[in-house]
Amino acid sequence: MGKVIVVTSGKGGVGKTTSSAALGAALAQNGERVVVVDFDVGLRNLDLVMGAERRVVYDLVNVIQGEAKLTQALIRDKRVETLYLLPASQTRDKDNLTPEGVEQVITALKNAFDWVICDSPAGIERGATLAMRHADVAIVVTNPEVSSVRDSDRIIGLLDSKTLKAENGERVEKHLLLTRYDAARAERGDMLKVDDVLEILSIPLLGIIPESMDVLRASNVGAPVTLADGRCAPSLAYFEATRRLKGETLPVTIPGDKRSFLGKIFGRKAA
Amino acid sequence: MNLFRFFSRGQSAPAARERLQVLLAHERAATGDSDLVNKLRDEILKAISKHMQIDDEKVSIKMERGAQVSTLAVDIEIPFNGNKKAA
Repeated sequence: MGKVIVVTSGKGGVGKTTSSAALGAALAQNGERVVVVDFDVGLRNLDLVMGAERRVVYDLVNVIQGEAKLTQALIRDKRVETLYLLPASQTRDKDNLTPEGVEQVITALKNAFDWVICDSPAGIERGATLAMRHADVAIVVTNPEVSSVRDSDRIIGLLDSKTLKAENGERVEKHLLLTRYDAARAERGDMLKVDDVLEILSIPLLGIIPESMDVLRASNVGAPVTLADGRCAPSLAYFEATRRLKGETLPVTIPGDKRSFLGKIFGRKAA
Repeated sequence: MNLFRFFSRGQSAPAARERLQVLLAHERAATGDSDLVNKLRDEILKAISKHMQIDDEKVSIKMERGAQVSTLAVDIEIPFNGNKKAA
């Protein structure tokens, strides 16, 4: 039985889709069977970030409405053969996502995959609540910035009340993924520090992804960053987060350990 | 290592522009949820189901949208007694 992960944030543009793709690809590179599901009906983008936008035939809504079988809608990644994508519909609105339909799809995916990663839309409406509904684990993606932290706090509240686990008196395992972290700005005091965010949200830290050009490059060419360049700083941080997701305990690398000029040029690890 | 990467990597923005152009050309051409390739897909399946019973599980449809040409590959497994008319 696979594990269901929701990647959520409340606020838009913080890196949910990037992180879903990066973590999915990182998990699948170890040979585990992974499916990444786009819940952003009407504004899908996971297909684009994963480079499968030209191959979408059927989508999540088609499957829920019975117009296509699940196996027909799944798109297999061309680079990693255990990685699959279930795209969202671009043209229909979120009302086509029914709780029953989502439940059926998630149940079927759990039986076929080791990891089911649900990429939540921004906001706290239907799409977002349905994406988190069946989660065993939640990854709360947050930028070190006031509005993002506030929205994450709101989302954590929803994870504790609106999910199936919460309704059954259990807890969804929650992790914080701090993205777009700029060590230089944090050092200058212009950005919330890791400890500040952790103290406010008080959920365990899954990883810190540094702000990086490599993320933009990867999305330009349609590859999860962990596939595009496995050795760049954000990829290393995503790989580290993946190991923590699988239960390993290891210290979190905080970007910005001071390095000499030469170290910056020749050092493999920028993080 | 970083220096090597810096010089060996080309720009990625042109790739982004090209991908978006192809994608948006298709999306803008689509009216409602039925652009040409989707229409073809549905009608091909309909036409085939007139002559034989199709097992949904045995149909695989693949699509590749390109700038000039799109391809639609419909792969249908025809069972031995499949020439029976659909009920």
